[in-house]
Formats: sequence, structure tokens, C-alpha cells
Amino acid sequence: MANEAKGKRPLSPHLTIYRPQMSSVSSIFVRISGVALALGFVLVIWWLLAASISIPYFEFINGMMTSWFGAIVMVGSVWALCYHSLGGIRHLIWDMGYGFDLKTSDRMGWCVIIGSFIFTIIVIYYSGALS
Amino acid sequence: MNYKTDIVQVSGRGSAETGASHWFGERLKSVALIPLTIIFICIIAPLIGADHSTVVGSLQSPVKGFALIIFFLVTLKHLEEGLQVVIEDYVHTRGRVLILIKLNKLFCWTFGLVAIFAIAKITFAA
Repeated sequence: MANEAKGKRPLSPHLTIYRPQMSSVSSIFVRISGVALALGFVLVIWWLLAASISIPYFEFINGMMTSWFGAIVMVGSVWALCYHSLGGIRHLIWDMGYGFDLKTSDRMGWCVIIGSFIFTIIVIYYSGALS
Repeated sequence: MNYKTDIVQVSGRGSAETGASHWFGERLKSVALIPLTIIFICIIAPLIGADHSTVVGSLQSPVKGFALIIFFLVTLKHLEEGLQVVIEDYVHTRGRVLILIKLNKLFCWTFGLVAIFAIAKITFAA
């Protein structure tokens, strides 16, 4: 009986033979942006620590964060934070049992993608980096 | 139908009985992080690129300090749980999984405590 159960255990289709869909691609980016945000957090915490320690140390970190490379990392982190938050809200909606039909699911995916760029621009504008 | 494999059947193992509350706790932290993230952005975004006295002066408010500490605590726990799921999903050797989960805990709590230390130091230095 047990052997029979083992043979009949369901196996999900392998990722490489699955055609990428709106739901799967927008979902995996929540995970990727989440992992990337770990790096953004380390930078912000390092910056806070430097601010608490000394002025020269802060100047060093601040210089790094305001360099062109630092700016790319910061803008990328803001985008990842916006995407992860919006994508996370979509997952919470799914967890509550809503939005599973194809149309709603696709529409939420586009909302997350477009919304993430809009919120990124709002945050960058609010940060005063453009003025 | 019974989905248990032979070995699980014989050893009589079942659910750990903490799964549902763990799942719910993850979602609860996610929900809490929606307002907390907005507060974090409102406090931190205008300070990126500002000079030292502006940053320290702004963060010396106890309300901001408290909000940031709550944000970092919930975020680091959320990060720990999230990275643990990623490890469990993509690493398939049991020993490696256990080591990576411990390293993940160490990484998240180290940075969480450093963040809280830094914010407390700035806030209480007023």
C-alpha cells in the first residue's frame, strides 16, 4: 500500500519546460527583489552605523552612496522595495483566496510592474535627489 | 489517498503542528510591513545624500527612532523567514540547508542588532 502511494505522489512540472507566464514571472521577481533587498538593507544599516560613529566615517559612506555606482544601487533598491511591497500585497490578496482567475491575475501583475516604476519615481522625487 | 512515503509511514511522523501559526505569522509581519515601510521611506529617503548634522539632527527625534527600530525588527525577522524559504527551496542537501539556515539567522540578527544599536546611539545622543 505504501509503495503504491509513493508511485502516485504528484510531481510538479519542471520549471525548464514551463512556458513563462505573467503570474510566474511577476511572482519570481518578488523573490529576486526580496533577496536583492538584503544587500540594500546592509547598505542602509552601514550608513546608519557610520552616522552614529563619526563624521569622517559618515563622509566616507555618504561619498560611496552618492557616487554614480552608489546611486544605481540606491535607485535599484528603491525599485526593488516598491516591487517587493506591491508584489507582496498581491500575494496577500492571493493568500486570502481572491484574484485567482486569469484576467484578474494578469491585471494585478501589470499593476505591480507599472506601479513599481511609478512609486520609484515618487520616492526619488520625494527624496529630493532630483532637485 | 495517503501521500506518505514508506519511511514516514514507518517512523510515524506527521505534522509538526506549528505550520499554520508559522504561516500566519509570516503574513502578519508582511501586513505590518506595509505601513512600516511607508514610514521608513518617509524618514530615510530625504536623508540619503544629506550631510552628517542633518542626518543626526533628524534622527534624534525619539518618535522616528522608535518607528525605525520597530521597522528594522519586523523587517529583519521577515528577511530571515524569507531567505530561509529561498534556502529550503533551492538547496537540496540536508546538511547544507541546516548550516545555511543558521548562517542566515546569524546574518539577519547581526544586522538587525547593529541597526538598533546605531539608531539608539543617534537618538539617545541628543
